[in-house]
Amino acid sequence: MSVSIESDAEGAAVVGVPSVDVAPETQAVAWRHRHLLDVDGLSTAELDLVMRTTDAMREVLARPIAKVPALRGRQVTILFYEASTRTRVSFEVAAKNLSADVVNIAAASSSVAKGESLVDTVRTVEALGAQMLVMRHGVSGAPYLAAEVFGGSVLNGGDGWHAHPTQALLDLYTMRERLPGGSLAGRKVVILGDLLHSRVARSNIWTLTAAGADLWLCGPATLVRGFEAWAGRGAAAGRRFHVTTSVDEALRDADVVMALRIQRERMAAGLLPSLREYAARYGLTRERLALARPGALVMHPGPMNEGVEIAADVAAGAQSVITDQVTNGVAVRMALLYLLAGTHRGDPG
Amino acid sequence: MSGRQIMTADEIRRATIRLSHEIVEKQAGTDGLLLIGIQRRGVPLARRIAAAIEENEGVEVPVGALDITFYRDDLSMVAQQPVVKGTSLPTGIDGRTIVLVDDVLYTGRTIRAAMDALVDFGRPQAIRLAVLVDRGHRELPIRADHVGKNVPTSREELVRVHLEEIDGDDGVEIERLAVEPAAEPVR
Repeated sequence: MSVSIESDAEGAAVVGVPSVDVAPETQAVAWRHRHLLDVDGLSTAELDLVMRTTDAMREVLARPIAKVPALRGRQVTILFYEASTRTRVSFEVAAKNLSADVVNIAAASSSVAKGESLVDTVRTVEALGAQMLVMRHGVSGAPYLAAEVFGGSVLNGGDGWHAHPTQALLDLYTMRERLPGGSLAGRKVVILGDLLHSRVARSNIWTLTAAGADLWLCGPATLVRGFEAWAGRGAAAGRRFHVTTSVDEALRDADVVMALRIQRERMAAGLLPSLREYAARYGLTRERLALARPGALVMHPGPMNEGVEIAADVAAGAQSVITDQVTNGVAVRMALLYLLAGTHRGDPG
Repeated sequence: MSGRQIMTADEIRRATIRLSHEIVEKQAGTDGLLLIGIQRRGVPLARRIAAAIEENEGVEVPVGALDITFYRDDLSMVAQQPVVKGTSLPTGIDGRTIVLVDDVLYTGRTIRAAMDALVDFGRPQAIRLAVLVDRGHRELPIRADHVGKNVPTSREELVRVHLEEIDGDDGVEIERLAVEPAAEPVR
């Protein structure tokens, strides 16, 4: 089932209508996960279920009233210990589109500032009625700790350098939607930039290798270290990807180029000489993009530093699907909230 | 299949044609008609009815598909989220006469959910209901306008409709549930 643009009898375009005719008869796999902490535990069939459920959510988003009552009466608490606009708002919009009640907590203005521990905060939030907890934390693994004490479902909205599962899933969805043929098998996908500090890249490695992409990680040596060893272990497990410091080698004939944000604070750590040097050697410019296949997709998880890791004209260019990523993010998060809402009812543990 | 057959392929074909005549007669034509099949087996049935109308009237009536999953009243009770099959409506529904099409009418809860879903899309002139089998045991004040076959059943029985487009053959069977019944089968 794919989202497509179809024409009706009168010739008017009907946008974003999944073609139900070709819905595969495969009795979809059961969703058995209570939490979404990372994507490493998802099978290919489960990834497919997420993608198909997202198709249905895209159709909901195209309705005149983009709201369905599927999660009516459920309380979704969004607890963010790190700054965020798009992810937090995306989760909030997704939960509201499913008619859930949304509670927002910014850690900086909560009792966390008075020294409350993560475990106590999670217990408190649960006592206040939270059934699903969306969480972002600067420490890798924090959502795993929350999942141990929380009675409902925990969704990881990004933890440290470790994982950002919903971003990886919306990236996968966007690529499947926009690549001709709707498949990533054998497609050359490049993740370019600060891999070292990137939870987005770490989660994307799992989904993209599972989808059969020819994955390349590219960046300055200081920002790709450690991934060579992972690539070696991954190859042994059938998850093959390449690591290179040569941007030309990475971009040549690429089907997808995803640029990652370069954080200014990395300069202080001595990992990069200067932003200008990074932009000159690794920035995604029009000239560099010309090495990729014609029509190659340009992606960025946001927020962007235009002129550093990506040139403004590339980010806003015809090949950019960056705004699609944002829109698809809402649909993917609706799909995940919906799927997870089914897995813990009547299971107090 | 272990059940007792209550409709053959031929009977399904004749019932579909009769339903198509009834729908056109009630509407006094085909103006403004929109057939909407409820996922899953309502969808091929709606297409068959539309094909029969086209054959008799020479008019192509638009057909849509409606997934009522998000509107179910038992979402908080089922152990696992049902798989969403997708909704696609070919036109707007404002001012149209919608004929909802489903395979089996039982408790009426599916139809309640379908009507809730439809009003989120607009304000139709009228909503009617056509079903292949009405097996009774309504739990809501809902009735069908057009019925292929009325079948008296007990709650301990399961009515199984299969259609070529989905199941490879046509037929309706009735069988006794082996275990605890109660719930309407997930459709």
